[in-house]
Amino acid sequence: MLDAAQAGETALLIAPTGGGKTLAGFLPSLVELFDRPQTGIHTLYVSPLKALGTDVARNLTAPVSEMALAVTVETRSGDTSQTRRARQKEHPPNILLTTPESLALLLSQTAAPDTFRDLRCIVVDEVHALAGTKRGDQLALCLARLATLAPAARRVGLSATVAYKDAIMAYIGCGGPVRLVEVPEGEPPQLEIRLSEDRVPWSGRMGLASAAVILDRIRAAGMTIVFVNTRAQGELLFQALWKLNEETLPIALHHGSLDIAQRRRVEAAMSRGDLRAVVATSSLDLGIDWGGVDQVIQVGAPKGVSRLLQRVGRSNHRMDVASRAILVPANRFEVLECEAAVQGVAARELDGDPPRPGGLDVLAQHILLMAAADPFLPDDLFAEITRAGPYSDLTRATFEDVLSFVEDGGYALAAYDRYRKLFRDAEGRVEIRSDRIARLARMNIGTIVEMPLLKVRLAGQRGGSLGELEESFATMLTPGDTFMFAGRLLRFQRIRETTVECLEGGKGEPMVPAYAGGKYPLTSNLAARVRAMLHDPASWSVFPGQVRDWLALQQERSTLPGPDDLLVEVFPRNGRWYTVAYCFEGRNAHQTLGMLLTRRMERAGLAPLGFVATDYVIAVWSANEPGDTATLFQEDMLGDDLEAWMAESSMLRRTFRNVAVIAGLVDRQQPGADRTRRQVTVNTDLIYDVLRRHQPDHILLRATRADAATGLTDVGRLAAMLARVQGKVRTVRLSRVSPLAVPVLLDIGREFVRNEEDEDALLAETEALVAEAKGEAEPSQEPMRVHPVHRANLAIMTRRDRRREAPPVAWSALNQSSRRP
Amino acid sequence: MTAAPIHLAGNRLMLDPAGALWWPERKLLAVADLHLEKGSASALKGNLVPPWDTRATLDRLALLIRRYTPRTILALGDSFHDADGANRLMPADATRLRAIAASHEFIWLLGNHDPLPPDGLPGTTAEWWEASGVVFRHQAGGAGPEICGHHHPKASITTRAQTITRPCFVSGPQRLMLPAFGAYTGGLDVRHPAIAKLFPRGGRAFLLGKERLFAFTLGQSAAMQSG
Repeated sequence: MLDAAQAGETALLIAPTGGGKTLAGFLPSLVELFDRPQTGIHTLYVSPLKALGTDVARNLTAPVSEMALAVTVETRSGDTSQTRRARQKEHPPNILLTTPESLALLLSQTAAPDTFRDLRCIVVDEVHALAGTKRGDQLALCLARLATLAPAARRVGLSATVAYKDAIMAYIGCGGPVRLVEVPEGEPPQLEIRLSEDRVPWSGRMGLASAAVILDRIRAAGMTIVFVNTRAQGELLFQALWKLNEETLPIALHHGSLDIAQRRRVEAAMSRGDLRAVVATSSLDLGIDWGGVDQVIQVGAPKGVSRLLQRVGRSNHRMDVASRAILVPANRFEVLECEAAVQGVAARELDGDPPRPGGLDVLAQHILLMAAADPFLPDDLFAEITRAGPYSDLTRATFEDVLSFVEDGGYALAAYDRYRKLFRDAEGRVEIRSDRIARLARMNIGTIVEMPLLKVRLAGQRGGSLGELEESFATMLTPGDTFMFAGRLLRFQRIRETTVECLEGGKGEPMVPAYAGGKYPLTSNLAARVRAMLHDPASWSVFPGQVRDWLALQQERSTLPGPDDLLVEVFPRNGRWYTVAYCFEGRNAHQTLGMLLTRRMERAGLAPLGFVATDYVIAVWSANEPGDTATLFQEDMLGDDLEAWMAESSMLRRTFRNVAVIAGLVDRQQPGADRTRRQVTVNTDLIYDVLRRHQPDHILLRATRADAATGLTDVGRLAAMLARVQGKVRTVRLSRVSPLAVPVLLDIGREFVRNEEDEDALLAETEALVAEAKGEAEPSQEPMRVHPVHRANLAIMTRRDRRREAPPVAWSALNQSSRRP
Repeated sequence: MTAAPIHLAGNRLMLDPAGALWWPERKLLAVADLHLEKGSASALKGNLVPPWDTRATLDRLALLIRRYTPRTILALGDSFHDADGANRLMPADATRLRAIAASHEFIWLLGNHDPLPPDGLPGTTAEWWEASGVVFRHQAGGAGPEICGHHHPKASITTRAQTITRPCFVSGPQRLMLPAFGAYTGGLDVRHPAIAKLFPRGGRAFLLGKERLFAFTLGQSAAMQSG
């Protein structure tokens, strides 16, 4: 690294977690500042987490003061006070530690060229976590701008081991050469799979049945992080552990919806060594090195090798000692997936999606911010932008479309000439219309769009904030409803302004809030390993007896999916025909496939009634028996049906909302805004409808479709699968459900509809049920129908078993700290 | 499209699933909160949202006029998003709106967003309008039977699969509140005190659907849980 620094070369350092790589990135800067003291910013450090910057500042300050270096080190983020910002403007520190958003704000100031005039080095931490995300796109554009302002500055990227090195190199390179420095891997982690002794569950994803096993392992180790896949799972597992925790081992909960102060308390307790375990979601995937973590337990499907390695790396940050981790599968398919992950880790087979091209909504935001900083020539800005890795393939035509959107909306109807945000002077330089527009643009900086959130607070004067809930969940509560949140059982009282007021305790079955997003599909590599294991009975010896029996029975009653074909089972049950396809392409792709299959079956007269998708399987049921299944899976289903469905799907509406906010089409919903004022702000769903009808090729709709194709609909993966299995669809007709199909059938009823047609059907059904219940109508003779056209709707809640009484509200010292005397 | 009948002060009124009121006896069509030119009002503030909102709203109004061939059209206030809205109409939209207003008895009630009579558009302007014992006004406030808009009511119903939110009519013994008709108009939940206090003796919400309305008593909104 020092070589690269002395040569002024840009470099990418790839090292497993715990290699001390962050400080390595700073060493050359300290040496330079010692040799040639300067004023102004010499080194800029950018990381995805504020906490990382704070931690690095702390670690730098110690050596700097010990060596009596005249080097100033400061952080800057959204939390930095106005007075401190003003002082930083006056006297910039030599080393500034910041986030992508705060950097974008600095670069949008007219003083940016002065601020970064003496910049020599830019350190980007956790590059692997930024590349391929919208925050990463924003940072890449900022790096390109910095390369213009301070061409002499070298860049240092710090990354964990990744599958796509070239993309990360291009990201850090900004169009120039990059020296790659790779630190060899340390000891391979020790992984083992653990199950509750008695029974391997057929379905379910929470892993609660293994709570006792998990508690045993916590007891046997010093400090454990128990990773889960969703916040709802975190809440449930936390409760399940405490129900068994008779010795009251200090076990805490950590997830992204908890109050920030609460999270900081948990983190502080972890670093002090006061905790024995933390149940955590991806909120602890990245972040500060917690030196004292002895083991990691992953509960539920690992989903991918890279993701598992990242999590396992949270334990034992020493190169010479192997990390220890335990995988706890929640059901039978997850046993296969965990075994596949263990093999994948042993083979160092990294996975995950390659970074996608930069988002056009982020580009729109950036263009407006650049105009706010300084007038520009489109030619110059285009050249600068295409140096940014994620935008290197941006065409001039697309750039012009985005620019024209920022200027006047870019509508075919030239209605907004009077309201344009940018105008061009005689030399063709693009300027911003007014200081007010520049100010608004700076207020809208950022690429994270939260769902509307409400604060959760205990009623009463001493009631502290517990965290935040999605508004969609909160508004469906009625007074007296109980729900689990922040490791407590809460009784809903009312919503006041933007706050959900609750009391502690309560009766009845509690609900667990679920949150949109955060559900990763199984990676292709892991899926391929699962398929290979299924096909090869010789590899089954590692499985528990129940799993082996299950697979053997499948072999006997039906057949096993091959490594390269598509197994489709067709069987009758309860007067319906079930078609189960073993695709292994992840939930998102399966949801899309389900939508398309039902449309096609509808046309074929098969009268489809519904479908359900898991990470492994898609099951569709219909009134009539499907004949030619190979035709059902033909590739051409990705044509008009896909278009028609995508346009109507609420997934696209949600995606459009994010795109519209990031691109600056509508302002961010300011927290605390009066609910009656919402009538006045323009609803993005309505904008979407109008835009789709009048200008379907508008740049924001293009951006929306691109986002959806790689994200929630996973069309790319579906297309690859359909192409692969053409001519290899193997149909098995059975007289009854097959062993392998049982798990997916048990999932029926958890997944549901959202589509305008079906909404009407659901409203009609509910209306009729109410009328029936009130004696206003005769009971319906029709059997209840699950409606044909389903789409990926994240089930709003999961219900718990009614028979279990509510657990006591005692808990760990941490999760009740607000009630301590 | 199936309209639903309700009775207010002895008058039979039809609620159209498109969000408009049809009074057959008087051949009167009423729409609330058109908020025309809301798009350009946003653009003025720096949010360049698509400019077709006025056209979309007029398209929907034209459909209703074809269906019912009304003698009278009554706009229940907030017809323009702001006082200057009528001046910002694009020429084609202005011509179309003028033609509609000129070929019917057109009554513009004043709203809080547009407290002045619309510039240069045909029709009569009033604070309120009365017929057969029913008063039309933008914002509810009278004691007697009245028809109002202003709040953009919407309601959420929890079905077995998900919670569904739609704009709605709200109907009580003394009052009918219309949903907003404009293309870019959001809504306020019927449980919000601003709406709930106008229906102290309860009422029914009629949620807009593609082909028909869906009726629920006010207490059921968002509380209704079906098996």
